[in-house]
Amino acid sequence: MAAETVTSKNMALAKAINESLRRALDTDPKVLVMGEDVGKLGGVFRVTDGLQKDFGEDRVIDTPLAESGIVGTAIGLALRGYRPVVEIQFDGFVFPAYDQIVTQLAKMHARSLGKVKMPVVVRIPYGGGIGAVEHHSESPEALFAHVAGLKVVSPSNASDAYWMMQQAIQSDDPVIFFEPKRRYWDKGEVNTEAIPGPLHKARVVREGTDVTLVAYGPMVKLCQEVADAAAEEGRNLEVVDLRSVSPLDFDAIQASVEKTGRLVVVHEAPVFFGSGAEIAARITERCFYHLEAPVLRVGGYHAPYPPARLEDEYLPGLDRVLDAVDRALAY
Amino acid sequence: MTVESTAARKPRRSAGTRKSPSTKPELVQLLTPEGKRVKNAEYDKYVADITPEALRGLYRDMVLTRRFDAEATSLQRQGELGLWASLLGQEAAQIGSGRALRDDDYVFPTYREHGVAWCRGVDPTNLLGMFRGVNNGGWDPNSNNFHLYTIVIGSQTLHATGYAMGITKDGADSAVIAYFGDGASSQGDVAESFTFSAVYNAPVVFFCQNNQWAISEPTEKQTRVPLYQRAQGFGFPGVRVDGNDVLASLAVTKWALERARAGEGPTLVEAYTYRMGAHTTSDDPSKYRADEEREAWEAKDPILRLRRYLEASNHADEGFFAELEAESEALGRRVREAVRAMPDPDRFALFEHAYADGHALVDEERAGFAAYQASFADGEGA
Repeated sequence: MAAETVTSKNMALAKAINESLRRALDTDPKVLVMGEDVGKLGGVFRVTDGLQKDFGEDRVIDTPLAESGIVGTAIGLALRGYRPVVEIQFDGFVFPAYDQIVTQLAKMHARSLGKVKMPVVVRIPYGGGIGAVEHHSESPEALFAHVAGLKVVSPSNASDAYWMMQQAIQSDDPVIFFEPKRRYWDKGEVNTEAIPGPLHKARVVREGTDVTLVAYGPMVKLCQEVADAAAEEGRNLEVVDLRSVSPLDFDAIQASVEKTGRLVVVHEAPVFFGSGAEIAARITERCFYHLEAPVLRVGGYHAPYPPARLEDEYLPGLDRVLDAVDRALAY
Repeated sequence: MTVESTAARKPRRSAGTRKSPSTKPELVQLLTPEGKRVKNAEYDKYVADITPEALRGLYRDMVLTRRFDAEATSLQRQGELGLWASLLGQEAAQIGSGRALRDDDYVFPTYREHGVAWCRGVDPTNLLGMFRGVNNGGWDPNSNNFHLYTIVIGSQTLHATGYAMGITKDGADSAVIAYFGDGASSQGDVAESFTFSAVYNAPVVFFCQNNQWAISEPTEKQTRVPLYQRAQGFGFPGVRVDGNDVLASLAVTKWALERARAGEGPTLVEAYTYRMGAHTTSDDPSKYRADEEREAWEAKDPILRLRRYLEASNHADEGFFAELEAESEALGRRVREAVRAMPDPDRFALFEHAYADGHALVDEERAGFAAYQASFADGEGA
């Protein structure tokens, strides 16, 4: 390990992923970055900025505009011993690749009785709040968490983005890496030498006693703001950043709920059959005698993601989460 | 269907789709159905060095593959297999192309490439696990450079392309062959694999066995042009070969593989053949195709024509055929016994290999399943 002159840097979340990809490309010749516009342009969000210049077109690959082809060829490259990190340009564009991800990528290891490994990372900038056109603001994580063979993670801050990307690339399982695009420009400290915790463990980002808020990705920051606002009203909320949706750290949520007795799950994805539903069911089972209120969920509605002028109505915001906190405390 | 829509369809059929099966001028053939060797200026050189012994080898491969296939069909009828996808009629396309490969080449099959598996040295009984329901494939693709059978139509063409891109990155001169069928030619993944392989100049041979039927749908439901012509639009050559002619299939595949190795990129080979049997043992072709069609193709049988050639050219004697017959029966017996001896997997196998690095939920569910199973043992006093 080469010693680095600066081990802790303040950087935006997008830059943290960029630095993490750079490190992976630098240390493992089998790592490839591929996707639409990831080369000269550096990706539409500049997450791969400068990588092709430094690592060449053979390792940072601009692909044809065909998502199934991107994932399908990444599978073939993985079979040849490579570790591709593929970018799906936007959440709503992943569906042409859904077939390859679900029927091939997720199942190849089991189909071969363990003889073949699929170290493929699928990066997906996801979520709303950026005023985009249709298909650019969705949160399809539950569609992937439902599929055995896949792992699904989503960092909420720059440091996690850096380290979770390192760990995802090192994973011998396929990882769907959901990047909270509205937080791409949020800065945070990244210590590039800190020993990271396990990829799939949740983290309590704020300790509290009255209600547990569980979130991941873009909603963690919102929940912290909710906790600040609630504190002004004398309420002490605990915030848990799940970091991983599959596997999901139920032990961490359980530990928190045993303390608070109340749980509100927040995600941008539709509430119906969302990850909050699974969390509610399992936590009800695990914490039945600790719960003072039913597990409540705040998320998107069962309607197509709305046009940008309506997205604030659709997305969980400070007041909607506070309202759920009030309801949880009213029991 | 309304009268109007029927009327609207008619002109389209005659204008577009009826032309495609006209094959004579564009079909590469080295051995006629009657077993006559015909000269071909372009492709003769790829089989110029073939010895009588090698010809007998091709014949043996086809006979044994057909015997294995027949045994598997019988095993399905006897309830030993849940399903079987027969390759009957496609032996020449598979053995010809399979024998064109080098050991370091890599094969991406569909679920019907039993003849190619044979050429790669995959134990035929390994192919039967998935059809018996004891696994979903399970062989090590890297042992024989023969990937797992892919059931979702056309998906493997992209894996083949990616693998071929990897070969280029490694600076190797191996090649990849991707098998698929006339039905798969309609899949977006196949079109995308053509695009990717062309853009990256990947060393891949797309080997389409046009066996005329995608379950009940004739090729006209997939295309208005002969399938090999699709390659042109992607910027690489396509060739139609007589898929019932093992020599021509061998020659054309060798040519395509040489192109790949020489850095000339992908090639599409359309092996024009016929699925003599049903799509699978669950299918009933009498519902959708005429006996006369099958009878016409029987006259073009791939094994029969090579036998005629071997006999006419005195490359094989009665002893060879008799010996092969005995070997064939022994193979059938071995396969039958191996299948019957194939144990059911341990019930906990269902949790195994879901992940390479483990998954907390799988661990939890496995433990729950174990406790549930143990509760029965307690109940029975075991």
